[in-house]
Amino acid sequence: MVSTTQFLVLGAILFSIGTLGVIVRRNTITMFMSIELMLNAVNLTFLAFARHFDQVDGQIFVFFVMTVAAAEAAVGLALIVLLSKRNDSVDIDQANTMKW
Amino acid sequence: MEQLVFYLFATIAVVAGLVVVLQRKAIYSALALIVCFGSIAVLFYQLGAFFIAAIQVIVYAGAIMVMFLFVVMLIDPESEFFSFNRIRRVSVLALPMSAVLALILLWAMPVLRESDTNSQSLAQKGSIEVIARSLFSDYLLPFEVTSILILVAVLGAMVLAKKVD
Amino acid sequence: MLETFWILLLFPLVGAAINGIFGKRFSPGLIATIGCGSVFISFAIALLTFFELLGLAPADRAVTNHLFTWIESGNFVANASFLFDPLSGVMILVVTGVGFLIHLYSVEYMRGETGYYRFFAYLNLFIFMMSTLVLADNYLLMFVGWEGVGLCSYLLIGYYFETRVAGDAAKKAFIVNRIGDFGFLLGMFLIFQTFGTLEYHSLFSTVAERFPAPEIGFGVLSGITLLLFLGATGKSAQIPLYVWLPDAMAGPTPVSALIHAATMVTAGVYMIARSATLYSRAPESMLIVAVIGIVTALVAALIAIAQRDIKKVLAYSTVSQLGYMFLAVGVGAWASGIFHLYTHAFFKALLFLGSGSVILAMHHEQDMLKMGGLKKYLPITWATMGVATLAIAGIPPFAGFFSKDEILWNSLVSGHGHLLLWVAGVLVAALTAFYMARLMYLTFYGKERFSHESHGHHDDHDHHHSGPPKEPSLFVTLPLMILGVLSAIAGLVGLPAWLGDNRFEHFLEPVFHYAYTGDGHQGEHSHSLEIGLTVVIVTLALISIFLAYRFFVKNPAIPERIAERFAGIHKLLWNKFYVDEVYDALIVWPIERISRFVLWKGIDVGIIDGAVNGVASLMQGWSNRVKRLQSGYARAYASWILFGAVLIFLYYYLAN
Repeated sequence: MVSTTQFLVLGAILFSIGTLGVIVRRNTITMFMSIELMLNAVNLTFLAFARHFDQVDGQIFVFFVMTVAAAEAAVGLALIVLLSKRNDSVDIDQANTMKW
Repeated sequence: MEQLVFYLFATIAVVAGLVVVLQRKAIYSALALIVCFGSIAVLFYQLGAFFIAAIQVIVYAGAIMVMFLFVVMLIDPESEFFSFNRIRRVSVLALPMSAVLALILLWAMPVLRESDTNSQSLAQKGSIEVIARSLFSDYLLPFEVTSILILVAVLGAMVLAKKVD
Repeated sequence: MLETFWILLLFPLVGAAINGIFGKRFSPGLIATIGCGSVFISFAIALLTFFELLGLAPADRAVTNHLFTWIESGNFVANASFLFDPLSGVMILVVTGVGFLIHLYSVEYMRGETGYYRFFAYLNLFIFMMSTLVLADNYLLMFVGWEGVGLCSYLLIGYYFETRVAGDAAKKAFIVNRIGDFGFLLGMFLIFQTFGTLEYHSLFSTVAERFPAPEIGFGVLSGITLLLFLGATGKSAQIPLYVWLPDAMAGPTPVSALIHAATMVTAGVYMIARSATLYSRAPESMLIVAVIGIVTALVAALIAIAQRDIKKVLAYSTVSQLGYMFLAVGVGAWASGIFHLYTHAFFKALLFLGSGSVILAMHHEQDMLKMGGLKKYLPITWATMGVATLAIAGIPPFAGFFSKDEILWNSLVSGHGHLLLWVAGVLVAALTAFYMARLMYLTFYGKERFSHESHGHHDDHDHHHSGPPKEPSLFVTLPLMILGVLSAIAGLVGLPAWLGDNRFEHFLEPVFHYAYTGDGHQGEHSHSLEIGLTVVIVTLALISIFLAYRFFVKNPAIPERIAERFAGIHKLLWNKFYVDEVYDALIVWPIERISRFVLWKGIDVGIIDGAVNGVASLMQGWSNRVKRLQSGYARAYASWILFGAVLIFLYYYLAN
């Protein structure tokens, strides 16, 4: 029997790795993947809690998170394609014109 | 046995996650992410969420990651030259901050351990039926709204991809 | 008409609106028709109402038209309602009657001026405001008219606003009047605070109830009356606020006649007579009013002697005559004050209009030393002005004689009178006769001191062609003749006691019903004393006129010799006692300095602007630093989000 805490710890580690990826990577696609990783970490904790409290709502939420992630991926990747056409690069630091 | 499976796939997930973050080439990151998602799907299964585990494989590891791979191949990003002097000042703090985040989350765990009441009733009842009942009764409105969201996303993606300046 | 007399207010207002809004496209004839017609209708209504009023019993002669409740707030109520009683009846007749004649006169006088429509619109508006002032049945509505006539006065003085003099004079009149209005306002506040109403009838009955006898020393009534009197000094050009009136002569002559001689400037007298109930219970204030009045009369008469500008002489004469009226109300002779107001309106308007006729004939030359011998060119003007001069000089049986005689007699024998007031009054009467005779002699008699060819300035009055001076058309001379007749006979309604019945005084009596009439009746004085004093005054006036004749016709060298001999005094008089200069030095200059260096440079620029600019530059400085945060680097933003998330987690973790 794997305890809830073990899943939560794993979720925390994966979430932190994802966060690290979002911040240190400049490649937009990789940043995007890191975000997906973070979402999965959260999903893991949702499911752990769903089992913990014996309720289905956690699973429902994961379902919704996945749907949103899919939508986000569709739009986000379209944006990345546009960005790369525009800047000839997917380096996020080159897309810095929105500032004072 | 369960413990063994958990630790095995947990290790694979963490290592694959690190590869995603640290790999210079986007294509390797994507492949590592598929591995990561796959092992997470196993963990989902272990949690009794069979339906979600299936979706995880089909939608996430399958559809979404295929999309990622398509984009990676389409625009063929140059491998990223990874060096610290190109990291922004605030980003320097990213590693310690991520570590702190992880630590805080870990520290927070004992609060829960007290009321550890694992029940397997959800798994026994068959999660698909339970999810379906809940989704089409209590969560009907969010469910329908989600369909609209996806429709909008599809249209948005089409519009964005079509527009070429 | 008694039930709906208020509609007389509408006509001038509508006339002003029509002329003011559409007048630019109208022909001069149409403008003049609208302007004069509206006032004439008002006059006709006023006359009808007046005769209806005469038909009532004396005690019932106060009719109120309630239009609507204007302001209602707590226990404060101000109605838009109008009162027609003997006092406002006399006033409204003067206002609309003289006003109509002056409108008629303006048709010719202002012909060819740019802004002809503007002039008539303002003039009509003035009639409306003045009617509101005199017909109002409470102080607040009266104040509306009071301010309104001030506005019209400002607009009309500044009619030639292209010239700096007119603009400055208009501003001066307005600002000086503001000081007085301030007093009026405070007086009203104090009335409401003390008695809880501003409506005449209820106020006066309350006052009579609460103050059966005059207050002793300086009390609330003295405060109210002095504040109101401050308003009166502003509007009616008394010391210390008279300085605006002579400058107001920068306006067109009909304006001087209507506003600055016959009607508006007498508003103060009307107001005090209206407030007789209050004044009669504040002896201290009465004394101040009387003294201010007689001192103003004396000072203005002295200044008038040395002036050369024909309109300036008349302006100071007006100030002086207003001083008489204040003397009258100051000694409690309310009816006499209003009587003089009424006769003065005729002869002073006539004098101004006559002077306008002279100025017209002289092609806008106003210096009397450049006139002379005009009698044969302007016979009608000469004759009518002569009548007016005799009237103002107090020669029987002309109008001024009766009213002035009445005032002087009252200043001696009434309960508030004093011998010194009488002596000064007589002196003023003599001076008045002298300077008026001087004006007549310098203008109409003696050598012609002008050239026939090129007089004055040739501005855009192209219809004033060169040539010998000649009488203007009937539009000018008709009002002159009507006013001349009135100046001659108007006094007959108020005969002195030894000649018969003073019907004017009896007529006004109900208005002063609540006024305190305790001690000091003049009944015990014999008629012979009154006759004797009258003879003295008339003799003095005649002597003055004779002296003026000697000085300015027979032997023009004498005045110059006198001026040289008493150079100091002459200079003092010529410079109007340096009052303007003193005001400049004592009030205007310090205010200007304080405003410039303390209020503007110090407080405004330093503190207020400094605070505003300081806050702005502080913000800017900080923004310049803070804006670095918005670097445009998405990863930096992500880092900040992470940073914030960590902080929040830390907070909850540590808080547990």
